Amino acid sequence: MHRFANPARFLRLAKVILPWSSGIAVISLAAGLWFSLAASPADYQQGDSVRIMYVHVPSAWMGMVCYVAMAVFSAMALIWKHPLADLLAKATAPVGAAFTFLCLVTGSLWGKPMWGTWWAWDARLTSMLILLFLYLGYMALVNAFDDPERGHKAAAILALVGAVNVPVIKWSVDWWNTLHQPASVVKMGGPAIDASMLIPLLLMAVGFKGYWVSILILRSRAEIAGQKIRVIRMAQIHAASRGE
Amino acid sequence: MTRKQRRLYFVLLGMLALGAAVALVLTAISDSLVYFYSPTDVVTQRIPEGRRMRVGGLVQDGSVKKDGKQVTFVITDLTNTITVSYSGLLPDLFREGQGVVVEGRKEKDGAFHASEVLAKHDENYMPKEVADALKKSGQWNDGKTK
Repeated sequence: MHRFANPARFLRLAKVILPWSSGIAVISLAAGLWFSLAASPADYQQGDSVRIMYVHVPSAWMGMVCYVAMAVFSAMALIWKHPLADLLAKATAPVGAAFTFLCLVTGSLWGKPMWGTWWAWDARLTSMLILLFLYLGYMALVNAFDDPERGHKAAAILALVGAVNVPVIKWSVDWWNTLHQPASVVKMGGPAIDASMLIPLLLMAVGFKGYWVSILILRSRAEIAGQKIRVIRMAQIHAASRGE
Repeated sequence: MTRKQRRLYFVLLGMLALGAAVALVLTAISDSLVYFYSPTDVVTQRIPEGRRMRVGGLVQDGSVKKDGKQVTFVITDLTNTITVSYSGLLPDLFREGQGVVVEGRKEKDGAFHASEVLAKHDENYMPKEVADALKKSGQWNDGKTK
């Protein structure tokens, strides 16, 4: 882990991973979309509305996976002061926020025909909305300071504090009565979902993960380049002020 | 102890304390976090008449009576039941044996007047053919979510 805290080594590794992650993303998203829109059966009680699941569920997983990743990067940044960990946490936040938003929107579109309402203040939906606000708060805080170092530190603490929300989201449907149904895939006793529908769901999930890894590499590359530019500018200013 | 170790223990202890605090708070306010009450809660907890609340359970088989837009049906949690009257559009998934959540108030006559009916579906997803095959082989546990 500590080996890859070196930006040069990270960039070399990223160069190797990027074609693979983007290739996996494109192929599994294409296959997943074909399966979920055309080649999978309609549900016995929900009919074709069940196809919303193939976007809704992987987005929800991504919203939580990105948050856990962001919290782990933040912890690494706070404890070991890895300069890269801050950049990776910062680069993950908007991706996670976008997936959480997508999950809430598709959930709302799915809820109206199935449950009969766009929104319900039950434990699952509310904790997912809190997750979106945590992302937005992180993104606002990380950019709120003139000194990027201080922004990173404050935002990292927020990310760690917000991490308690993740298990609450996962088990909210088991701990309390909710309108949202309990887990179908990650649960005791195996998935309660037919294989013909599980395969497109997992394909979409793999595609979303590949997309995240690719975007994370591109965004952190840009952040590293931005930091280099800042250092060069500072050096130029120093040189110019000495030259007078 | 190095400074890195000290920071590591500080973060771990902080997370542990925070997790414990949140767990205690959530357990304490657990009653207000539930989205709906079961018919048993309504019967045993003597919730006052006229208070707005949500009740959830299964629609009892053979209990749905429609009269124009006016519908009455019985919600059961397999122990206690409550009679609901509602006027308006029902969601697509509303069926006998299906889970529902109704919002409204209990009137003096003991009946529950709902202003909103929401359908609840279970966590099982399968194509129609599989559902039919399960029903045929007698392995179907209709509507019994948990």
